[in-house]
Amino acid sequence: MSHWMFTEEHEMFRKSVRAFIEKEVVPNVEKWERDEETPRSLYKRMGELGYLGIKFPEEYGGSGLDLMMEAVFTEELAKCGAGGVAAAIGSHTSIAMTNIWKYGSHEQKQKYLVPGIKGELIAALAITESSGGSDVSAIKTTAKRDGDYYILTGSKTYITNGVNADYVIVAARTREDPVHRNVSLFIVETNSEGYSVGKKLKKLGWRSSDTSEIFFENVKVPRENLIGNENEGFLYVMKNFQYERMTMALGCIGAAEKALELAIKYSKERIQFKQPLSEFQVIRHKLVDMAVDIEKARNITYRAIYLYNKGENCVTEATMAKVYATEMVNRVADQALQIHGGNGYMMEYPIQRIWRDARIQTIGGGTTQIMYEILTKRLEIL
Amino acid sequence: MPYEPYFTEEHDQLRNMIRKFVEKEISPFVDEWEEEGIFPRSVFSRMGELGLLGLHYPESVGGQGGDYFSGLVLAEELNKCGCGGLPMAIAVQTDMATPPIYKFGTKDQHERFLKPALKGEKIAAIGISEPNNGSDVMGIQTRARRVGDEWVINGTKTFITNGTRADFVTLVTRTSDDPGPNGISLFLVETNRPGFSVGKKLDKVGMRSSDTAELIFDNVRIPHENLLGEEGRGFYQIMWQLQGERMIGAAGAIGCAEHVYEMALKYAKTRNAFKQPIGNFQVIAHLLAEMKTQIEVCRELTYATAYRFSKGEVPSKEISMTKLAAAQMGHWVADRALQIFGGNGYMDEYPIERAWRDSRLARIGGGTDEIMKEIIAKQIGL
Repeated sequence: MSHWMFTEEHEMFRKSVRAFIEKEVVPNVEKWERDEETPRSLYKRMGELGYLGIKFPEEYGGSGLDLMMEAVFTEELAKCGAGGVAAAIGSHTSIAMTNIWKYGSHEQKQKYLVPGIKGELIAALAITESSGGSDVSAIKTTAKRDGDYYILTGSKTYITNGVNADYVIVAARTREDPVHRNVSLFIVETNSEGYSVGKKLKKLGWRSSDTSEIFFENVKVPRENLIGNENEGFLYVMKNFQYERMTMALGCIGAAEKALELAIKYSKERIQFKQPLSEFQVIRHKLVDMAVDIEKARNITYRAIYLYNKGENCVTEATMAKVYATEMVNRVADQALQIHGGNGYMMEYPIQRIWRDARIQTIGGGTTQIMYEILTKRLEIL
Repeated sequence: MPYEPYFTEEHDQLRNMIRKFVEKEISPFVDEWEEEGIFPRSVFSRMGELGLLGLHYPESVGGQGGDYFSGLVLAEELNKCGCGGLPMAIAVQTDMATPPIYKFGTKDQHERFLKPALKGEKIAAIGISEPNNGSDVMGIQTRARRVGDEWVINGTKTFITNGTRADFVTLVTRTSDDPGPNGISLFLVETNRPGFSVGKKLDKVGMRSSDTAELIFDNVRIPHENLLGEEGRGFYQIMWQLQGERMIGAAGAIGCAEHVYEMALKYAKTRNAFKQPIGNFQVIAHLLAEMKTQIEVCRELTYATAYRFSKGEVPSKEISMTKLAAAQMGHWVADRALQIFGGNGYMDEYPIERAWRDSRLARIGGGTDEIMKEIIAKQIGL
């Protein structure tokens, strides 16, 4: 039996996602890693299957299901063994489009959410700049009101889907002060005049997702592309971070489960000193430590989602889930690589990729250190 | 606030009541009882009077008719009393020695053993470990032989909590010379029977307010009606019993860790060094955040597992994971708290050194870390 929070329907859905991932994603992962991007065709295909709009309202082409259903999808997608694919799809659905769903107007939803859910348009979220990563309030990109337009100037970096996106949700300053009340979110179409993409960034992991710098040189953004209210962008970003962090934690759980599965399989097949590695107690106990670590991360993450789903405040739980699960996947992937021995160090074996891909998790979406800073405040330690 | 779906408002009320009881009738005396190596018998009768010993037992056997989580509330709150010994002794009474009587016992056994135990009139102990057999339950040597309508028991049990003054022991014996699990049976043995004696009271590194003893059975004769459950089924019965023991152990570890964390947090805010509270230093603040994260992670794992257990499932993999994780966490949190307390933490005058000593046992009792890992290893297909 699985965790009590999942129903029969969730488990059936899990089966069908798993079958799809095995059949249509896993066999292509190597190629997409070499291409350094996830192809448009995958978005289209997932759109057809309804995977991109699980939690979005039916009115906009979504399925209107609960967040536990999307959690199932997120976990299973991560088991494809390529963090890049999960990042590309996750950035599109959870990180970028969620902002339109939550804070956007009906017209924005019609124009951007509907084709996004179909997989016809690819979305990205752009917050980080070269001068401000963890410190979101330090961003320098500005949006100046000019009649019916805002004029955007500045640049963003480390943007997942940055090369292929059709529209980008951009955080820009709309006034000088006060801090945290001077940022707004805009939907910027990437074919706008003055919009350009820098080179595709080379990365340690997540190679099947395209990451880039983007530049705004007096980009004219129509007023109706402002998401929600002016100067409330920081608030939206912070709120959506909760969901982003939960989905990252889920992805880590899926990836760690895959790493454990590979390590168990390897340990049973690999013969040393005339017996399978799995017969050695230190290896068996190491595998158990990995399994327990995953279970710990799973339960705090599910708790956060349970609260979020109910509309309760879950900042503490989501932060704990993020910090625990992202550190966990690094420990688990590293031990899985260890069990693979020299083979684990070879590009031929998929465990090295999970190990490389895991490394970004404790950095992206707020570093481990930022998570603890948040917790020190939430827990009234400081 | 109710902690859905695990705890209701009734649980909150119960928690408050227990908290008051602990503050008033337990905590002020803990130092004295630790010194004496035992706490008064009257604690059992007082708790029986308050209905605290039978929270999750039905009213038909003298319990309060509460659910499984009401028992967790007691374990958590009692473990905030300032020592681990007394809560452990009570847990033996409520969740270790008595559940098999309720589950496998006859009506007559409910009357003679369970009811007086839940009232606090009779002290219960559970006898599994022997000088030569701890983790290896199947290898126990205490022998019960059928003679007419009686059984004659010979052997020695050790590390028995409540051992010096128990009124009866839920005893694991071998009833057949055939090796293996089918030669094991449980008995309820009154300690006033001829041939029973307490070998010695054992001196321990921690859990000092709880008495621990070696028990000697020298031709102890008991009537056949003291056989608990079916002859030859004792191994399976005790394996079931251990599931509840591990769950309650995990809940206790969480209660204790929470208490220790609160003390460390308070100390960090009031202890000055380099002209400021040590909690202002980022490493200390982050350490506290990490401690709390570990507690919450294990709490969610514990509650989610307990939820399934409360519904009648026996998810032994998750129970073993829960016990392992919570026990390790409990000792780790105590160790980090001791570090925050610095030299003071090493002094008897401060409560941390006791928590550090007491929490160590959870990684051994109820099945060692290593045994938990062996169990989990089998369950994950190793």
